[in-house]
Formats: sequence, structure tokens, C-alpha cells
Amino acid sequence: MIDIINLHKRFGKLQVLQGINLEFRDQGKITAVLGPNGSGKTTLIKCILGMVLPEEGEIWVGGKSIRGESAYRSRIGYLPQIAQFPNNLTVQEVIRLIKTIRGEGANEQPLIDLFGLSPYLDKRLSALSGGTKQKVNLTLALMYDSPILILDEPTAGLDPIALIRLKDFIRQEKQKGKHILITTHIISLVEELADEIVFLLEGKIYFRGAPGQLKAQYGEEDLEHAIAAILTSQPKNGHNGHPPAETARLKSQTLQPAFSIK
Amino acid sequence: MYKILRYSFYDLMRSRWTYFYFGFFLLFTLALLFLSSDVGKVIISLMNVILVLVPLIATMFGIMFYYNSREFTELLLAQQLSRTQLFLGQYLGLALSLSASLLLGVGLPFLFYGIFFSAEIGNFIVLLLNGVLLSFIFSGMAFWIALRHENRIKGFGLAIMMWLFFAVIYDGIFLLLLMWFSDYPLEYVSLGASLLNPVDLSRILILLKLDISALMGYTGAVFEKFLGTGLGIALSFLSLGFWILLPTANIRRVALTKDF
Repeated sequence: MIDIINLHKRFGKLQVLQGINLEFRDQGKITAVLGPNGSGKTTLIKCILGMVLPEEGEIWVGGKSIRGESAYRSRIGYLPQIAQFPNNLTVQEVIRLIKTIRGEGANEQPLIDLFGLSPYLDKRLSALSGGTKQKVNLTLALMYDSPILILDEPTAGLDPIALIRLKDFIRQEKQKGKHILITTHIISLVEELADEIVFLLEGKIYFRGAPGQLKAQYGEEDLEHAIAAILTSQPKNGHNGHPPAETARLKSQTLQPAFSIK
Repeated sequence: MYKILRYSFYDLMRSRWTYFYFGFFLLFTLALLFLSSDVGKVIISLMNVILVLVPLIATMFGIMFYYNSREFTELLLAQQLSRTQLFLGQYLGLALSLSASLLLGVGLPFLFYGIFFSAEIGNFIVLLLNGVLLSFIFSGMAFWIALRHENRIKGFGLAIMMWLFFAVIYDGIFLLLLMWFSDYPLEYVSLGASLLNPVDLSRILILLKLDISALMGYTGAVFEKFLGTGLGIALSFLSLGFWILLPTANIRRVALTKDF
């Protein structure tokens, strides 16, 4: 469904993606894209959506190159990382706006009920809390029956009940045969949901496989420590891309949120 | 593109800054009409305010609108819209809402005053038309600057500099040149230079229309001779049209190659 071929992207001097090759073909699968801050996760996602234009490489969605195209995006439900909306519009109006752009087929009511958004529908977006904005954000991303879902930090700011409901919803979407890409720093979410992990480090794919495979490869019992092992970097082949200080920084950045949530 | 245009327009029409802008013109125009019984003079006073204020406000709105809707723009970019549709839609929505505030704010008092039965109707229309053109030009330039610069402070700074250049600095340089080269016949040079600044061009068009170009001496006569002809009018509107086309084309160009 999505083919990424030799993707390169640099921002100024910073080479963010260095030859990414990925394909997502299986239906009904959840892939977690992991990696420390600045490893290129969001850039990769934005390349798929055509928001960031790569210098080199190709992306195909549904068998067609996305270069210069926009129609393919109707097949993707995208949840951006930062939920920020025009302050003068109400929740209802923003939902209506996305519906006028995307056309028929929206089914927002179940999501409004799921996240308890009904009391906020006529409120201006500037009056909403961060968590409620994220619920609106989720509603906009998920209200269409798109075969591909791309969720950038879907759990940011959600209360525990909404979090449980969101996880159930994602599982249901998977059952329907959708391909779901999630980026997150919350390792427990990955353990609960992901069928596959793509671990990015410095713009390259460092690991791709099932969570169990990652744990086995690094000889760790839980995913958190396996990922810590990648970052402190002692895979059996002895490769270590980072100096110790950098490794410690990456480790703390990546794993602190996970520990605090657990 | 129409959908985005409509949404941007409504979003801005509900901003309190739009009300403020509308309210300012409404009160100012009402006050002027109360204070003076000579509509011609009111139009001149309004011209002086519009020529400075409309570019400034359009510039500020353009910059603020882009930066404020930056994240939402990302969400819209992920929909099946082309970038041209999205950004030109936003720009046109912005320019039209600014134009609407101006037209209503200045227009309503004049309407009640009975401008349609006045001999000044032509001058009034030229004034409003210039205000609308300036709204389009400066909001477009600001939108282009904002699109080029992710750093908001830099974007703000550049946009204000751009306004300052056209509203103040350009005239200063222009006057200095006229002084230094006063021994030479500069009428056609100054004519050309005016075409290059939309604010000057608007001012001259209004002054000519008001028939007070005699105040500008020999240069005024040259201007009138040139701009009074069909060719002159065509050229000045062509020039204003170019000033709208310049940011529009550049918004499109930058939008097509930018990473979000």
C-alpha cells in the first residue's frame, strides 16, 4: 500500500533521512515508528503525506507515485502532532470544514460520543484545553474510513479514559483491515498495540521487526529495556553509532516519558 | 480553493481585530462627515489615512494570519487539496475580509450621507478601489514574507520594514533624488518611480481624480497629461495589477517547494 524507496531529506546541514526503504503492504497491521527525538520520525510521516518534499527517493501510495499529487491523501487519515486550530471557529465548524474538503463518508458521531465531545461542539477552539483539542484532532483524523491511518503521538494530553477508548478504537480499525502507522514515545502503547516496530536512528532504519524479535535480539525481557539497549547500543555485532554522552542524552529523551507514564 | 477561501474569510470576519478595523473606519468616516460639509475634503482626509493605514493593517493581518494558522495549515495540507488551492484560498480569504471591513467601514457612513446623489461619487469609488487594491497588495506581500520565513520575529520585522519602505522610506529617497538632480528634467523619471510604489501610485491616482494636481506644479501637469490619458490609466492599473500578481505568483512558487 505504501512503498518508500531510498528516501533522503536534509534540512540545511542536517541530514534527517538517509536512504529509507520501507514498504507497508499488509492489511490490518499496526506499525510503530520509534526513535529518539530528531531521528526523523515526523519527517518520514510528513514525506508520506507530501508535506515535506524529499531531495531523493520516491514514495508510492496505492501503486502510484505521490510526487505532485494530492488526491491520494483522501486514503489517509492523519493526526498531526500539535493540535492547533483557528481560534475563531467552533468545534462543529472545524469538523464541517474538513467534511466539505474531504466530501462524503464522514462518520464523526461515534468519535464525538467516544471522547465525550458533545458539550464542546459549539465552543470556540480557543476555549478548549489541550486534551480536548487533542480529542478534536483525533476526531478529525479518524472520522473517515481511510485505509491508511497515520497517527503522530496520538496519546498526547489524553486522560486515562480517553486513552483506553482510543486504544480500543485503534484495535477495531486494525480489525477492519487498515494499515496504521503510529509514532510515540510511550513504550507501553507500543507493547499493547504494535505488530511491528520500525526503529529509526539518525535517519536510517536501525531495526524492523516484531516487538518480540527486538526483545530477543537484545536479550531483554521488556521492550523498554530492549529499546534502551539499542540506544546504549550493544547489539551483538558491537556497532555503536554514538559517543557515550550522546547515547545518554538519547536514552533520557526517549525513555523518560515512558517511565513517567508507567 | 473556494472552500478554503470561504473558511478563511469567515474565520477572519469573526476575529475581533477585524471588528476593530471596521469600527475604526466607521467612526473615523462618521466623524469626518460630521465635521466637514465638503465631501471632497473628507475624501482627501480619508485618502491620507487609507494610504498609510490600509497597507499597515493588511501587512500585520497577513503576517499574523499565516503564523496563527500555521499548525492548522498542516492539517489542511494532509487533506486532498493541492498547495496552490490551499494557499491562494487562504490569501484571497484574507484579502477579501480586509477589503470587506474597509468597504463597509468607509462605505456605510457615505451611503447614509447620500454619496450616490453627490457629484463626488466617482472620486469616492476611486478611493475605495485603491483601498481594496492596497489591501490585496500588502496582505499578499506579508503572506509571501511569512511563507518564506519560519522565524516569526524575522517575518514580522521584514514585513514591517516592507511597509515602512513603501509608506515612508521610498518617498524620502525619491525626494532626495529630486533634490540632488533638480537641475535635470525629472518629470518622467518621477513618473516611472511612482509606478514602482503602489502607495505612491494610489495617491497620485486619487489626487488626479480629485482634480487637485495643479497643486503639484509642473510635475503634476506631466502626471495629469500622462495618467489622464487612456494609456496612463491603463498603465497605472496594470502596474497595480502587477503589484498583486507579484506576491500571488510568489506565494504559489514558495508554497509548491516548501517543507511543512
